[in-house]
Amino acid sequence: MKLAFRSSKDLWSGLIFLVVGLAAVIIGQDYGMGTSNRMGPAYFPTVLGSLLAVIGLFTMARALVIGSEAVGQLAWKGMALVLGSVLLFAALAQNAGLLVALPLLVFVSAMGSSLFKPLPAALLAIGMTVFSSLIFVRGLGVPLRNIGAWFGG
Amino acid sequence: MEILDNLALGMSTAMSFTNLAYCLLGVILGTAIGVLPGLGPTATIAMLLPATFGLPPVSALIMLSGIYYGAQYGGSTTAILVNLPGESSSVVTALDGYKMALKGQAGKALATAALASFFAGTVSTVVLALFAPPLAELALKFGPAEYFSLMVMGLVASVVLAHGSLLKAVGMVLFGLLLGLVGTDVNSGLPRYTFDIPEMADGINFVIVAMGVFGIGEIIRNLENESSRSLVASKVTGLWPNKQDFKDIAAPTVRGTLLGSALGILPGGGAMLASFAAYSLEKKVSKNAKQFGNGAIEGVAAPEAANNAGAQTSFIPMLTLGIPSNPVMALMIGALIIQGIQPGPAIMTEQPVLFWGIIASMWIGNFFLVVLNLPLVGLWAKLITVPYQLLYPAILVFCAIGVFSLNNSIFDVYLMAGFGLVGYILLKLDCEPAPMLLGFIIGPMLEEYMRRALLLSRGDYTVFVTRPISAVMLFVAVAALVVVLLPAVRNKRDEAFQED
Repeated sequence: MKLAFRSSKDLWSGLIFLVVGLAAVIIGQDYGMGTSNRMGPAYFPTVLGSLLAVIGLFTMARALVIGSEAVGQLAWKGMALVLGSVLLFAALAQNAGLLVALPLLVFVSAMGSSLFKPLPAALLAIGMTVFSSLIFVRGLGVPLRNIGAWFGG
Repeated sequence: MEILDNLALGMSTAMSFTNLAYCLLGVILGTAIGVLPGLGPTATIAMLLPATFGLPPVSALIMLSGIYYGAQYGGSTTAILVNLPGESSSVVTALDGYKMALKGQAGKALATAALASFFAGTVSTVVLALFAPPLAELALKFGPAEYFSLMVMGLVASVVLAHGSLLKAVGMVLFGLLLGLVGTDVNSGLPRYTFDIPEMADGINFVIVAMGVFGIGEIIRNLENESSRSLVASKVTGLWPNKQDFKDIAAPTVRGTLLGSALGILPGGGAMLASFAAYSLEKKVSKNAKQFGNGAIEGVAAPEAANNAGAQTSFIPMLTLGIPSNPVMALMIGALIIQGIQPGPAIMTEQPVLFWGIIASMWIGNFFLVVLNLPLVGLWAKLITVPYQLLYPAILVFCAIGVFSLNNSIFDVYLMAGFGLVGYILLKLDCEPAPMLLGFIIGPMLEEYMRRALLLSRGDYTVFVTRPISAVMLFVAVAALVVVLLPAVRNKRDEAFQED
């Protein structure tokens, strides 16, 4: 059973539902229930959270009885590089500027592909940076600087 | 004839130079998106939303809807030429369309798809014009209890029509509803589930959720098994349908259009469901059912007509009731709200130019699509060869800058990355994100209407079943759930989604 839990789609989904539902109910207790006549801020989330927790339990129970498909391999590399590149962009966009943040976003995310080749990715990075800086910053006036505060921009 | 006056008003709006230009831009973008696999209309519309904030509302909506129905066209092109549906509603078109292409009838299949879609687009424009006003009139009589029940019915429909496990779809709706409650409670002014983060006080913007889940989550998922695509049927031979073909596709096109129009109006319906249903129906009624799956021209005409009709009529509940029937409509509602327009029954009387302008633009957009697509099919086919490993980093750039420009906030970019992770995990666990996004949009409205209904009834829950319209809608919701749980229907439902 333990092994099944590690890989079962339905058990994991059920567990996530259960945790989210319970969290919503527990955190919601601070807000004040009110009555059904005058619903307080906690009323609706408590109802939804309880329902979600019950659905979670059902999903898990069903998975244990009927069984469910295995989750399968996670695309760890793709996930890390794609999410990492977005986080990197967020961290650098204002202080370092777009001329640093955009090429990194393109190049690092491109590394997530198994068909990654450095040269096309680098060209794409340059192209997207020029394009975005012209269209978004110059054209549409998105308030991001090409060169950020770190470099005296 | 009031309908003619209305359509004339719409035409004069849609025919202005600016609006024609945005309509054209929308359908071109939409076709491109439909052609490029791995980029759906939901993520794209979310991405392009910030760019439309500066436009007048009519132009913005005309362009966004052009993207939506344009994507159905583009999707069928790739489905036929390379057996790769660029868009989920084109999955069934690939079954027979690609077989036709293999037999050297690619041109005929493409022309059939375009003509069937155009016919459906024309008819469903009229359906919209005919059905929207009475529906809006009915909706004006709705009290909070009716609205609450209507939303419940819509959410149940999205669950019933989702593929995969019902239980998980219900879970996803609830998950979405809860997410929608993040932010300040309008009645008490109390921040809920904001974890003391000031940026969360106004709640989470739906664009962030849509881009994270449908954009980034999907990208990571696509990186799991990459393969370089090759254009199988690169030669499009110009085979215009002959007289016999026209005879063969006439009835399936009409049936597909009617079925698609009806399913589009239903909450939870839309293009994808319509195309699946039309294909199954044709298989049942057609005389040469054996040909289906082997390049039957009816198997292209019916679903193509249906998905286009469904895409258009799904605007009816969005515009007249303010209730989205699919994630794209949820984004449209968001776009309207950002423009300061509350979608709902009053929109038709308060914003007639906007309302009829959008409807008229759909017919014009469909006309553009036929004119553009047949001669340009070679160009679109080239677009298929853009490798995904160069496409997705570019998509990420648009997502990142687009999300930032919503509120000029870097926090939103971090949040989008978070939803990307959530989206990928949910996709991995076969939890469908569409019901979640619907729940997310509807959550605050559902709470508000429930509050008002219970306030008026002094806390008496029976108000939802003693008011007749509300009772009927709740009954339909419960009945729909019970029906899908019946073993016989269940097997059929599994079978229907198998082809996906």
